[in-house]
Amino acid sequence: MTRACLQALFSHWWRNPLQLFTLLAGLGLATALWSGVQAVNSEARSSYDAAAATLGEARFDQLVPRAGDTIPQQTFVALRRAGWKVAPVLSGTMTANGIRVRIVGIDPLTAPGGIGPQALETGTDPAAFLSQPVLFANPEVADPLAGAVPDRVVPDKGVAPGTALTDIGVAQRLLERPGELSRLIIVPRQPMGRPPLDRIAPDLLRRPAQGGSDVRRLTDSFHLNLSAFGLLSFAVGIFIVHGAIGLAFEQRRAMVRTLRALGMPLRRLVILMAAELLMLALVAGAIGVLLGYAVAAALLPDVAATLEGLYGAQVSGALQLRPAWWLSGLGIAMAGTVLAGAGALWRIARMPILHSAGARAWSMTSRRWRRVQAVAAVALFLAAGILARHGDGLVPGFGLLACLLLGAALALPLLLDPLLDVGMRRTRGVVSEWFWADTRQQLPGLSLSLMALLLAMAANVGVSTMVSSFRLTFEGFLDQRLASELYVTAEDKAQAEELQAFVASRVRAVLPLLSVETRLAGVAADLYGARVGPTYSENWKFLDSRKPVWPHVAAGEAVIVNEQLARRAGLTIGEHLDVGQGVRLPIAGIVGDYGNPVGQAVIGEALFRKLFPEIRATRFGLRSNDPEALRAALIRELGLPPGAIVDQARIKAFSMRVFERTFTVTAALNVLTLAVAGFAMLMSLLTLAGMRVPQLAPAWALGLTRRTLGRLELLRAMLLAALTMAMALPLGLALAWVLLAIVNVEAFGWRLPMYLFPSDYAVLGVCALAAATLAAAWPAWRLSRTPPSDLLKVFSNER
Amino acid sequence: MLLDVDDLKKSYDGPSGPIEVLRGVSFALDSGQTLALTGESGSGKSTLLHLVGGLDEADAGTIRLGGAEVTGLNDHGRAALRRGSVGIVFQQFNLIPSLDVDANIAFQARLAGAADPDRIARLTDALGLAGQGAKYPEQLSGGQQQRVAIARTLAARPRLVLADEPTGNLDEATASEVLDQMLELVAETGAALMMVTHSPGLAARMNRQLRLSAGLLQ
Amino acid sequence: MALLLILLLPIPAAAQGFAGMGSDAEGFAVPRPDPDFTFPGDHGSHPDYRIEWWYLTANLEAPDGTPYGLQWTLFRSALAPGERPGWQSPQIWFGHAAVTGPDLHHVAERFARGGIGQAGVRAAPFSAWIDDWRMEGETFDRMRLSASGPDFTYDMTLTANGPLVLHGQGGHSVKSAQGQASYYYSQPHFAIEGRLALPDGEVPVKGTAWLDREWSSQPLAADQDGWDWFSLSFATGAKLMGFRLRGAAGDQFTYATWIAPDGSAVALDRGAFQATPLETTPVAGREVPTRWRVVVPDKDVDVMVAALNPQAWMAVSLPYWEGPVRVSGSHQGRGYLEMTGYE
Repeated sequence: MTRACLQALFSHWWRNPLQLFTLLAGLGLATALWSGVQAVNSEARSSYDAAAATLGEARFDQLVPRAGDTIPQQTFVALRRAGWKVAPVLSGTMTANGIRVRIVGIDPLTAPGGIGPQALETGTDPAAFLSQPVLFANPEVADPLAGAVPDRVVPDKGVAPGTALTDIGVAQRLLERPGELSRLIIVPRQPMGRPPLDRIAPDLLRRPAQGGSDVRRLTDSFHLNLSAFGLLSFAVGIFIVHGAIGLAFEQRRAMVRTLRALGMPLRRLVILMAAELLMLALVAGAIGVLLGYAVAAALLPDVAATLEGLYGAQVSGALQLRPAWWLSGLGIAMAGTVLAGAGALWRIARMPILHSAGARAWSMTSRRWRRVQAVAAVALFLAAGILARHGDGLVPGFGLLACLLLGAALALPLLLDPLLDVGMRRTRGVVSEWFWADTRQQLPGLSLSLMALLLAMAANVGVSTMVSSFRLTFEGFLDQRLASELYVTAEDKAQAEELQAFVASRVRAVLPLLSVETRLAGVAADLYGARVGPTYSENWKFLDSRKPVWPHVAAGEAVIVNEQLARRAGLTIGEHLDVGQGVRLPIAGIVGDYGNPVGQAVIGEALFRKLFPEIRATRFGLRSNDPEALRAALIRELGLPPGAIVDQARIKAFSMRVFERTFTVTAALNVLTLAVAGFAMLMSLLTLAGMRVPQLAPAWALGLTRRTLGRLELLRAMLLAALTMAMALPLGLALAWVLLAIVNVEAFGWRLPMYLFPSDYAVLGVCALAAATLAAAWPAWRLSRTPPSDLLKVFSNER
Repeated sequence: MLLDVDDLKKSYDGPSGPIEVLRGVSFALDSGQTLALTGESGSGKSTLLHLVGGLDEADAGTIRLGGAEVTGLNDHGRAALRRGSVGIVFQQFNLIPSLDVDANIAFQARLAGAADPDRIARLTDALGLAGQGAKYPEQLSGGQQQRVAIARTLAARPRLVLADEPTGNLDEATASEVLDQMLELVAETGAALMMVTHSPGLAARMNRQLRLSAGLLQ
Repeated sequence: MALLLILLLPIPAAAQGFAGMGSDAEGFAVPRPDPDFTFPGDHGSHPDYRIEWWYLTANLEAPDGTPYGLQWTLFRSALAPGERPGWQSPQIWFGHAAVTGPDLHHVAERFARGGIGQAGVRAAPFSAWIDDWRMEGETFDRMRLSASGPDFTYDMTLTANGPLVLHGQGGHSVKSAQGQASYYYSQPHFAIEGRLALPDGEVPVKGTAWLDREWSSQPLAADQDGWDWFSLSFATGAKLMGFRLRGAAGDQFTYATWIAPDGSAVALDRGAFQATPLETTPVAGREVPTRWRVVVPDKDVDVMVAALNPQAWMAVSLPYWEGPVRVSGSHQGRGYLEMTGYE
């Protein structure tokens, strides 16, 4: 019986290969979008994880030298013998066969868990790590390194790009730094009764785990964007899956009735259909994961370049198909199927055996359902409002996003309906009147795919706004922070003096970059000394200020803080900040400092030198009218290495190139989402096509040609897409606002200003319209070619 | 002669080759006349009606309506024919579900550019549909729906009214009442009526009766 | 921590040196019968041998009578024989420290590499250390002892009230029928006094302590999978050190030293010491014997040995059970019990 039943169920697909295709393609595309975004995200993340684990920077507090970059090994021993559980790290770069390799030395005996090469954690001979020198190198640098060092080199994918991990003794030998360490990791659980740190090692500074060197916090902003996109794509995907499954079930109601009439137990039938569905989900999920992988593989080089350029984080450009993606991709396909199929199966299970086998009108037409929908939408909007006002933290931020999206999706048909009603009332002419009325009647059947389109467009509007705002802000930031034409780094204090004397007569201004790591208002922060001049006053834009800012800063009577410090320490304009040695200055300006996790404050150069006489600048910004000549002179006459001179134009050009790549990724994902939404629409229209014939046949019988009907069908899809776009725009902007003004602040402590990009939205609107038109074109064409005999069947008495 | 049908042939593709539904049918019908078309199931009654109504194309033979050839018309021409000259009442009360009763009644007349509010109001009254104008088809009974279909057809002042088992879905009392109303109104407009029916009783109330058997008139 | 587990597995450390070690000493020196120890030199480390430990256990009492136990152990485990300077040193050091009460048990663990000064042992003046943990003094008879963990510290003074005791044949202690052996001597006569710092505050304590010194390169036979080690001090003044090595096949190798109240020691015949588990307790997900019957017919000893705190589980990289015990039966007394290999 089971076999016969399965045969009957499957026969449907053989007879309707197009439906099988739409179901598989719908599920597959949704999975692809999801797993593609996930793959890009997790690949980049795992690269940082490797880096962070190698450096021990993400999770552990560290001790770093107050000055210089060396900690004597004896300090490490002294700390250990005083009871401080610290682990030594030595890092430096060496050149191996022309390639720069970062060598990181650790002591596996004292390092906290999780630090060290993966191969060590998972079972190659660890004693060898200590007894015979071995380097665990990222595969990309393993070969050049093997030729350059006398020791064994083991490729290890878990090691950060460009890096080799080895025992600290080997690192000291290879880097020619015997007895020297770079920093000490503080093990989280410390013994009781230790003496204070500064009594043992006054030259060391404790840097908290989430300090300035934490690559991850910087890049999290970008990943958060991608994650939000993943969430949206998932929502779009669920709508598609729902549509595909609804179609598959609606079309087989007659068969279900027949099978039951022939004695098939309902229970078994439902189980078989569920099993069949899950099997299809598995196949579609697998296709989707592969597709997503292809998408990710195509995007990843761009993402890697984006992150590296933006933040200096190194991401391996190679993609690996990880089991986790398979699982999460398949899981999403299954979960989506279950979510979407449960309702359909439930309806099958409850369908009376003698129920009309004809395709049923969509259940959403019922008034009761619409009321439920309206109540749910209002409740979601209310929740969103409450979260926006009172939510605190990242989770409410994302909750707000979800409420907004779901509420908008549910509200869409309820908003479109009265709009169409208005259209109907305002129109003159019988055909157009009928067109509006009929469009309104189609709404319930199309509402799922319209919701998908709404979410896709809103996501695109939101993400475009966010990325573009990101770019504008960053450009402004570059102008502010890279105002000087040339930036020069001197090797030591002596060369710095020489440099200053050399350029004094050749430039408009010399701006020493003076800074010190300190604590301000209880927060770890960098304090800068600025040589105030037109460079600063012309280029710095304040989020908030009490003018005149710069004269007071120059006079040592005021301080400027960045947004991060202001937010973290709760500082506002006019409040006083202790900048060191009891000097308290009023805050004259708060400046946006995009992408920097560390608090910053700027005081005048004179005051800085008074407070920190031991700090000497070795980096200088040079204002010059002829940077090229100056650069040549510095190299030729002062003997500076070219690498020590960076010109602003190059940095800016590089940064902008990085953003172009970000856009490539965003644009590619945009196109993909729209394609998926278009596909959802196509499927809905195909589903409806069967029901449309009886609805359209009277109009045809009364004297409308099939071509006219086809054209009206196309027009209807475009009208609905246009109306949906009109709703997607405000939703997308709200989305962007939540991301920029709430989520980003909660996650990173700074707010991105939001800019609007009408031309981008126009392009998006055209794309969405094109997607809808394309989706409607085929069903409309098919309709215009329906043989009269098919239309006539509607009226046939023998039916 | 309003309608002149000559040697009309039509076949459809069936599972085992073409099925000849009409094998050479000829007849004529004048304005003001009523004609009953009877026959077994599958004898070709509906097909003949569809061909005359411009819903389908004949394989051979000619149909003239008011002296003009209908058989050679393209999609467009046939649509115009359906809009203007012919009115069709189906068994399945083919109302447009998205429009209310008033809009449905006015629909064809407006398509034909011949909407006359007075006439529509009269028809609505005559058919007992007063007060139902704002309802949608799904909210009406079968008899009411068929009355709406009749009103819609007659509102456009067709020269030829075609009816395919117009009362087949109605109970006997309602059927008789609806038929009376229809005959009365058709007579009023001077149009010709051609009605397909199974019922000898209904057929007997027409001026003429034609019986189709295996694609031929008897 | 997985790393350290693997790191230590092939090394038959005292804590759990029961697996994977053949009789091949791989270039390490091997204990020979009838050694001739020289002190204080042999209190120091012997880097040519694979493993070595300085292992102190103490039974303590607070002024209110609350009993406590204390452990301080420094292990040396060599990846290769000999010593090399700096990070190249093949000597790995690790320390275990614990404080045990009737209802508390705090454990700490430290690791270090030889050669950089983080850990080591110097014979004279004696000093054994790892990180801030120390056992040191001008002589071996008078020492300071300290250790710290996340939830305890202690600082003690040790005073020897008797002579060193050499086990086996003049300090050559046989560990299996195949002849695996170690050098083994003890100082079981320490008086100990000092302060425990616990999360609830400081506790002054005093009592007695027992220090074991052992070094070897091949301490266990390949088929031995764990041991039960007893150090018991009877109210009569006599002391008993006995252990039983459990073979995988179920056979046992037992060995014991009887120490008379005057400090004179005799190695008992093989088999003269019998220890039988009477009761087990679920500890850290396994069953561990926490009540024993110990019989030494030659010395009329037939006692019950019960753990003060059955949950004295040493949750270190290679976990084992170690804690103070109470003796009743033919003799009354106190002692320490160490059990390894209960997986």
